[in-house]
Amino acid sequence: MKKVKVAILGSGNIGTDLMLKLSRSPILELTTMIGIDAESDGLKKAAEHGYEVITTGIDGFLERPELADIIFDATSAKAHIYHDEVLRKAGKKVIDMTPAAIGPIVVPPVNLDEHLDADNINLITCGGQATIPIIHAVHQVQSVEYGEIVSTISSKSAGPGTRANIDEFTQTTTRGIVEVGGAKRGKAIILLNPAEPPILMRNTIHIQVEEEAKTEEITASIREMEKEVQSYVPGYRLRQEPIFDGKDITVFVEVEGVGDYLPTYSGNLDIMTASSVKMAEEWAKHKVANIPV
Amino acid sequence: MNSKRDIVLTEVALRDGSHAVRHQFTVDQVKSIAKGLDDANVPYIEVSHGDGLGGSSMQYGLSLTNEMELIEAAVAEVKQAKIAVLLIPGIGTMPQLKEAAGLGVKMARVATHVTEADVSAQHIAYAKELGLETVGFLMMSHMASPKKLLEQAKLMESYGADTVYVVDSAGALLPHQVKERIALLKEHLTANIGFHAHNNLSLAMANTLAAMEAGATRIDGSIRCLGAGAGNTQTEVAVAVLDKMNIHTGIDLYKIMDVAEDLVAPILETPQEITRGSLVLGYAGVYSSFYLHAQKAAERFGIDSRSILIELGKREVVGGQEDMIMDVAAELSKRKAEVAV
Repeated sequence: MKKVKVAILGSGNIGTDLMLKLSRSPILELTTMIGIDAESDGLKKAAEHGYEVITTGIDGFLERPELADIIFDATSAKAHIYHDEVLRKAGKKVIDMTPAAIGPIVVPPVNLDEHLDADNINLITCGGQATIPIIHAVHQVQSVEYGEIVSTISSKSAGPGTRANIDEFTQTTTRGIVEVGGAKRGKAIILLNPAEPPILMRNTIHIQVEEEAKTEEITASIREMEKEVQSYVPGYRLRQEPIFDGKDITVFVEVEGVGDYLPTYSGNLDIMTASSVKMAEEWAKHKVANIPV
Repeated sequence: MNSKRDIVLTEVALRDGSHAVRHQFTVDQVKSIAKGLDDANVPYIEVSHGDGLGGSSMQYGLSLTNEMELIEAAVAEVKQAKIAVLLIPGIGTMPQLKEAAGLGVKMARVATHVTEADVSAQHIAYAKELGLETVGFLMMSHMASPKKLLEQAKLMESYGADTVYVVDSAGALLPHQVKERIALLKEHLTANIGFHAHNNLSLAMANTLAAMEAGATRIDGSIRCLGAGAGNTQTEVAVAVLDKMNIHTGIDLYKIMDVAEDLVAPILETPQEITRGSLVLGYAGVYSSFYLHAQKAAERFGIDSRSILIELGKREVVGGQEDMIMDVAAELSKRKAEVAV
């Protein structure tokens, strides 16, 4: 199969980590790294790896649109609004890794199939990617009345973007718990922990189902989902068996990164980049499958 | 009555005390207590879920009554006192702050862990925009060096905080440590300096005095010690002590004693005292709100709540990480079972 060409917009931590992950994809061919700061570590690394480097941002890319069919936007919510507009016009597919959430919000093992034809899909948040699969797994067994997630990340892995968008984190994740997870009501909390050495990303998922929880079926469904997420985020795992108490279920999940550009404690960033690669690969397969031969 | 105030007290029983009653305050309780506090001339009364706006959750405990109803009720009862709210970014959001401001709240206290002040920038600025008096609230202050604390306090001041609080959330600081921290802030900040104590080591009053000696002009009290863990600096005690020192709080001593005895004492499930559990909070430096959650987890997993709290202290968990209690309890109980086999 011919690889589908992709480009990364944004040369920060996420963009650079993504670059390393894409280099391993059997389906995607990273051609270009787009940034606005020629001195950034990300653009320098891209040049070292032999990728095309564009230092004039989106406008520079639009002059050479043949470089990629899928663009990963790892900039900011504000910048994404403009990027979305011009990339749509240029007929490009966009994976939105910012909290802008203009297009459908997607968690790969839950609803990616439904949105393979969308021009722009959004990744929600790291907390959303880590927890919504579990809520959905429970929802497949019993109707979820309420889903509440608490993500704790190491202070070191929370960059200025995360810190300035903390309200957006809770709001967008809550939306995902309901719209994608299937819960009737949702709530999201994010905590930063400065302990040294930095802690792994931890997520606690509190779920309330309609009636007395079906312990065995739910546990099996959660374990199956754990495996599915592990297929693209290897460091994703339950810390222990789910805890049941009547209608209440508590699940503890931790995410260890693979340590590409970011250290292994940054599971929160790793799950975002890994999920975005998964999305683009599925998209690429879909696109190729739909090309008339 | 002499209402000149040398020191400004914020009563936190209707917020921090929410932990002690497992967030089960009713509108009637809030109304009668707010009215009593207002009548005793308490200047500020904080009303919110124990974990601030939006805190009602399975993680921290669901509120019996929507906090906005409680805030509205308190606002309606007071004549001179101002109603304040607590907001912890990551838990509560700006739209919730706006809603509270719309109900008549006059002061926003924006809280972060002592090393994470930068997540409060937008919320403090927004509170100012809403016309609120603003306080930056640096929780778990014992976990950072005075130098780090100063750096973070300066950030909060730069965002527009009128007052910056040193918050001893674990009740772990000793008087000389309080003095050192407050004095350093006093020297380098122009904002008012405040201090919030917990009584887990029976030092709340002493630490409050130490803070005042070093330059704090804002203090927190909880009437009848109605706060997380062993409670805070007992308001009526502070009023009496300060009165003996000829420091004016503006609060009527007899009236505040009566509110404590007649209105607050009856709603306490058990009297606030320093139990072995709350003592361990201060000793291990653990967030005071963990107290009742740890007791519950200890019962469920058949282990000693002290061993849970000590383990949490070792792992340097921060405020809000209540989910770690169940996680650690399950792990300890598993370890115990393995040893038994």
